Amino acid sequence: MLIQVLFHVFAAILVLAALGVITTRNPVYSALALVLCFITSAAIWLLIEAEFLAVVLVLVYVGAVMVLFLFVVMMLDINLAELRRGFTRFAWLGVLTALAVVVEIVGVVWARGGLGLDATHGALPEPAGYSNTAALGAVLYTRYAYPLELAAMLLLVAIVAAISLTMRRRTGLKVQNVSRQVAVRREDRVRLVKMDADKRP
Amino acid sequence: MITLAQLLTLSAIVFSLAVAGIFLNRKNVILLLMCVELLLLAANFNFIAFSRYLNDINGQVFVFFILTVAAAESAIGLAILVVLFRERRSINVEDLNTLKG
Repeated sequence: MLIQVLFHVFAAILVLAALGVITTRNPVYSALALVLCFITSAAIWLLIEAEFLAVVLVLVYVGAVMVLFLFVVMMLDINLAELRRGFTRFAWLGVLTALAVVVEIVGVVWARGGLGLDATHGALPEPAGYSNTAALGAVLYTRYAYPLELAAMLLLVAIVAAISLTMRRRTGLKVQNVSRQVAVRREDRVRLVKMDADKRP
Repeated sequence: MITLAQLLTLSAIVFSLAVAGIFLNRKNVILLLMCVELLLLAANFNFIAFSRYLNDINGQVFVFFILTVAAAESAIGLAILVVLFRERRSINVEDLNTLKG
């Protein structure tokens, strides 16, 4: 009963936050509403006993991706009035599409036998001492070891791509060239001059 | 007890809101990226719901990989956005007409 109440509270917050993401005027508020979306989603995932992914969602999304979003939003100097022009022009189409999606999916889900399985009962609770993280790790490092390495490679490629895209060389900067500093030889820097000593006048 | 139908309905609502957001904010690249994140979140909801209700851990592994790919996607998308803003001083989708597409 308590779980049911909590679920409805979190679901309401999630839907309102998603509405906020798509309707607020300022992209900063949109990003903050999206953070709220992710946090409430993590709470709902906790309620259905997917603890590891809930923690990962908060750490990776709220901690890294959304901070990146906020950073970019605040870094760019955007003309909001220009971007908001014609905001409601295709709103009717958007609302129509959204309604169609909801009606179709809800119709299939709530129809008797629409999913081919009984969707009206809850999941079996995990036994005491069950660890979601351990269960996930047990398959992640055995059956999915190769996909895991591919995912790691993907992240590496993403890092390299993001850095190489945004790095720019500015002219006129005084910077050290470390490899040239290291490769310098004594003959290039020190010139020994042999000269006679001055005579005492 | 939360039923599968409730979770699927919630994810459908979030998904449809994100789709509507793409229609509303079709000029702002940052908002478009955020809406894509919301779409992926709704998809993850379905994966986790079915994983729990069918007692199959593989669905949660899939969510893990989706999170990875989404993080990479948003990082590269934002990098492209920054480069675009440097070139054009604008992030309006209508200004992206160099390819005459």
